[in-house]
Amino acid sequence: MAEYKWPEANKRVHIGKRISRIDGPDKVSGKAKYTFDINRPGMLWGKIVRSPFAHAKIVSIDTSAAEKMPGVKAVKVIQGPGTEIQWAGDEIVGIAAVDKGTAEDAARAIKIQFERLPHVVIEADLDKVPADRRNPTADGKTGDPDKGFSEAEVTMEGLYGNAMITHCCLESHGQIAEWTDESNVLLHPSTQSVSSVGGQLAQSLKIPAGNVHVKMDYIGGGFGSKFQIDRWGVECANLSKQAGGKPVKLMLERDSELMVAGARPSIYSKVKVGAKKDGTITAWQSETWGTGGMPGFGTLPIPYVFTNIPNQLKKQLSVATNNGQARAWRAPNHPQCALITMSALEDMAAALKMDPVDFFIKNIQLTGVRANVYRDELLKGAEMIEWKKNWHPRGEGAAGSIKRGLGLSIHTWGGQPHASDCDLTIHPDGAVELKMGTQDLGTGTRTVLDIVAAETLGLPLDAIKVMIGDNRYPPSGSSGGSTTVGGVSSSTRRAAVDALNQLLAKVAPDLKAQPDQLEATGGKIQVIGDASRSMTWKQACAKLGTQPITARGKQPGQGTLASSNVGGVQMADVSVDTETGIVKINKLVAVQDCGLVIDLKTAESQVYGAMIMGVCYALFEEKIMDERTGRMLNPNMEFYKLAGIGDIGQMQVHMMTGPGYDDRGVIGLGEPPTISPGAAIANAVANAIGVRVGTLPLTPDKVLAALGAKGGSNAKV
Amino acid sequence: MSSSDDMPDKPSSGVSRRSFLKGTGLVISVPLVSPGVRAITVQGAEVKIFGPDKAPISLTINGAPRKVTVEPRTTLLDTLRNELDLTGAKPVCDRATCGACTVIMDGKPIYSCSVLAIDAEGKKITTVEGLEQNGKLHPIQQAFVDNDAQQCGFCTPGFVVACKAFLDKNPSPTPEQVQRGLGGNLCRCGTYIGIRAAVAQAAQSQTKGGRKNG
Repeated sequence: MAEYKWPEANKRVHIGKRISRIDGPDKVSGKAKYTFDINRPGMLWGKIVRSPFAHAKIVSIDTSAAEKMPGVKAVKVIQGPGTEIQWAGDEIVGIAAVDKGTAEDAARAIKIQFERLPHVVIEADLDKVPADRRNPTADGKTGDPDKGFSEAEVTMEGLYGNAMITHCCLESHGQIAEWTDESNVLLHPSTQSVSSVGGQLAQSLKIPAGNVHVKMDYIGGGFGSKFQIDRWGVECANLSKQAGGKPVKLMLERDSELMVAGARPSIYSKVKVGAKKDGTITAWQSETWGTGGMPGFGTLPIPYVFTNIPNQLKKQLSVATNNGQARAWRAPNHPQCALITMSALEDMAAALKMDPVDFFIKNIQLTGVRANVYRDELLKGAEMIEWKKNWHPRGEGAAGSIKRGLGLSIHTWGGQPHASDCDLTIHPDGAVELKMGTQDLGTGTRTVLDIVAAETLGLPLDAIKVMIGDNRYPPSGSSGGSTTVGGVSSSTRRAAVDALNQLLAKVAPDLKAQPDQLEATGGKIQVIGDASRSMTWKQACAKLGTQPITARGKQPGQGTLASSNVGGVQMADVSVDTETGIVKINKLVAVQDCGLVIDLKTAESQVYGAMIMGVCYALFEEKIMDERTGRMLNPNMEFYKLAGIGDIGQMQVHMMTGPGYDDRGVIGLGEPPTISPGAAIANAVANAIGVRVGTLPLTPDKVLAALGAKGGSNAKV
Repeated sequence: MSSSDDMPDKPSSGVSRRSFLKGTGLVISVPLVSPGVRAITVQGAEVKIFGPDKAPISLTINGAPRKVTVEPRTTLLDTLRNELDLTGAKPVCDRATCGACTVIMDGKPIYSCSVLAIDAEGKKITTVEGLEQNGKLHPIQQAFVDNDAQQCGFCTPGFVVACKAFLDKNPSPTPEQVQRGLGGNLCRCGTYIGIRAAVAQAAQSQTKGGRKNG
């Protein structure tokens, strides 16, 4: 029985090193073909006519003029008369035409009559939300909240929130679908689920699951919004069928992408915290609401990380709004719950006149089994941002209109490995191929597969041909929830170990040794520790004769190569201009553990990227809804703002590696570091200006309003 | 669009908006140059009028002449991607905000989503596909790889081209110049730290090698 474990630290050649992603050259040269880039012979351009109203009943649809237009090849009513539309941008009619211009002309020629119905799109002020839109989702009570608050020597109350934001993938959602014959579809989607999206489409088209061939080499962002085939995927295939099977490219326009293809639920929470004067937290109370569009959202992890606060009373309402449906957004619910919890706890620390680092450490046991990791990470983060030197009690910074402050937040994530199969083939000429139905979202999955296979076989990275992005390869899970790296590295390791063991068995007689006395290292097969009894990789593979070796590795499987649960700490250093309300990031630091790091370079990129995404939602992002029309006011990238290269300040990342971390196996990293930036930045702003800006994004108007409520920018804050 | 009639006459390439409008009054007598293209004489210069049908145009892309037939409303970006299969420049915001479609036209970085293909005639266009030389990555491309200045990579070609144009103009930029000069490109994955490092590396390698344009 083979033993599956990772090599000892001193024996690792590739694992844990800083390795450039192997598809980097193709990405920088424009050779990487994304779904949006694929031009098929005879391809038609697809377009969807969408509802302009947030809540309406379709009365009639007239497609006759569009159907008669030259170049229009298919028109299909997606939702017919009588249908109740629940959000602006919902799909009504699909069109396929010879080119983009013709499809746009045809869309303008379609006449739809609506009967408008009352909508609700704003939920920040719960008092204004009609009762029938409020759905209690979960109430919770632990310990004795009354007793907890009566024991408290100090209580703090606050209101915190974060507006709904959208994913804004740079490559919009969409696909190219074509019928290669009467019952087979070739699908080029932009998906996080190469192995499962074909089955979803087949089910809708009522054809066998194996009849949809999915291919995707590159995806331009997903962040949790691209797991499903979506209605536009199904209708794209239907339009292709109507057009005689011709390929139809249907990619969402930017406004549709922002309106309907991504949304992270909003959250608002009225919080009360009780503590003793020494900083011991005694009680937590929260009343939380928010929306994930229709129908709402699930139970939220509040209080976040400090889950063992002894006495808790929690209420939660889900508000149903006429907004595009929520999709998983990188670390679903965690960034919002971190904001609520860490803001309330820093406000408690301020009320106690305690340094928040001391306050968090004082209560660190309330975080559970990984309390010591958090303590170590807090101390490391404080060192990186020079907390002791730069922190001041809330609002007590230097004189002048520009105020500087520090803030912090901590977070957690699971990141357990998803199921994954891997085929690794060693050919008699020495070539090695790896096949897996996974996808590389830009996290570096291709590179991880290469590193693990090359490490196991003792080969250089360019000796492995990595083949992914096809549902005819062995199935691997969807890439979401930081489950990919653990899953794919485990199945690859097992496949490579098994394939190697078969090779070693073949060549052992020639080296006059038992297979288990051999190792693969430095491009050779040799007797362990005896380089004089060796043969090159090519010579060894030649012993296979004509028959390649293919081994299938599986996750889950024998041995523990991956695990779950990580912690992280982030700290922010900001400056706030109290005359303009503009928040500027000076520096963000992240301390993060993720078990065994496969590629330190791409791992750090994940953390940097997550922090930058955090700056975006902390300072800029908001899906602004118009109460009167029910429509999104900023479905474009001028007014749905993302941070630019000059908006992010300096950043520093420290990965917790080595003994105690490496031996936990591989754990996913995509989600955790995106959780804390919003809370850390909001806390830093509060520390700077001496008053809490309760809701994200921290736009200048809100900063000035908070300062105004406190007595104006010139008041002593 | 009557309000734009108030705009002052600013002749560029021999024709002003006002004289063009005057010229269109003569459209009936305008000779057909080729299907979709007519020619008129304005202030002594011959000016082509395109459309409304598809018109043949010639573009100079990465040093090579390319002939395409497009409707006058077609953007340079759509022409590159849909007619010439040069898909390095990406469609993202579609309105000159994000920079994913950046190409270089007559030495300047432009948003190709907001330039009509007919307006790119006679200009030298460089796309990301034209940066490699002799099969070797341009120093800025290599710097992007070395510094992992990319994740999903969808903004990357536009950023690479913008960085190339930026470094041509600012061979030894300060960090402040980088943050300002590259503010016209947006990334969703958050690769700016890598991009800053890539620009620094490329600037250094260019200065060392004594080359300006790589």
